[in-house]
Amino acid sequence: MKQKVNHLKYLTDGIIIDNPILVLMIGLCPTLATSITAKDAFGMGIAASFVLICSNLVVSAIRKLIPDAVRIPVFIIVISTFVTIVDYVMQAYAPALYRVLGVFVPLIVVNCIILGRAEAFAYKNGIIDSFLDGFGKSIGFTLVIVVMGIIREYFSTGSIFGIIIGPKFLISNPVLFMIFPPGGFLLIGIFKALINKFVIKQESVG
Amino acid sequence: MITNPLLIFVAAFIVNNILLMRYIGLCPFFGVSTSLSTAFGMSTAVLFVMLLSTWVTWIIFHFVLLPLDLVFLRTAAFILVIAALVQFVEMFLKKNFKTLYTAMGIYLPLITTNCAILAVTFLVIDYKYSLFQSTIFAIGTAFGFGLVIILFSAIRERLEFAPISRSLKGYPIAFIAASLVALAFLGFIGLFGLTL
Repeated sequence: MKQKVNHLKYLTDGIIIDNPILVLMIGLCPTLATSITAKDAFGMGIAASFVLICSNLVVSAIRKLIPDAVRIPVFIIVISTFVTIVDYVMQAYAPALYRVLGVFVPLIVVNCIILGRAEAFAYKNGIIDSFLDGFGKSIGFTLVIVVMGIIREYFSTGSIFGIIIGPKFLISNPVLFMIFPPGGFLLIGIFKALINKFVIKQESVG
Repeated sequence: MITNPLLIFVAAFIVNNILLMRYIGLCPFFGVSTSLSTAFGMSTAVLFVMLLSTWVTWIIFHFVLLPLDLVFLRTAAFILVIAALVQFVEMFLKKNFKTLYTAMGIYLPLITTNCAILAVTFLVIDYKYSLFQSTIFAIGTAFGFGLVIILFSAIRERLEFAPISRSLKGYPIAFIAASLVALAFLGFIGLFGLTL
């Protein structure tokens, strides 16, 4: 019974306690750059999640075949294979999204979350655990990026996911600050401060 | 598309600054900018590797991948080439240029997974730059990286001693400071007619 609890913990840890962006502070570039609107943020979240889950699965499946000395290049090849798949699928089926995300699609390959999980988790654990870990971290990543996208889109256009809901004064006087880079930095800073206050505090004190 | 070399440099250096305007290479930015000396070492290493890797990947793309119709291998080829190159440079410096190695040796392995390096190699391909233009672009980007990281390390050294709330200490206040610096850089938009 104890075992079962542990397995599910891999999944739930990634969402808040070990959130890749807000707690581990990795994978910042795509988070800030692609969270200008909620839809783009969601697209980026799904793309990175696909690569993370697949590479975790493959790395853990072949972990006994990889010699220790060349494990990093092998991880990079596995990850870049999936990134290439995402790159071409997105170009074919979501060209508008691809144009917005631009160079950040191939840059998923150097997203520290993915290489970090391959090295720190998938290389040492079984397939099911690695899947749960990848899935949890993906939810954590997508959640943060979409919430940021919603906030930035709301303040800069008065709409969420392209649906106008904001009050009139926000639509006629959008807070352009939020779509420009400073808004992204400010939001992440505020999120991180809140996480420090409410989540990490108990651990560091206890 | 900008073709004037001087404008390419200014655009890469300030207007489209890779850290504050494009949001690329942020992990080392927040990790290394804690003191002036590490920031300086990191930016030297970035300039060095960015220039070398831009040349090597540009040549590989135009003389190997394009003629053989293997463009889909771009992502995998570039990252592997950069990883191998960084490893090689590290060994070469260790053997032949001891002083240079002590100055930036420890930063070299970190650079392999620095998105700034890989991003520049992709961008010069996307912008269809010639080798000369790519060189200018890489130098400008590396200078922009260095400028921001060195300026910011000075700010962070002061922030260490600032009397602020405990939950703001460390990363949160660094982000908020970065937001203000980025706000200052927004002022450069429109310089020589260059846009974001």
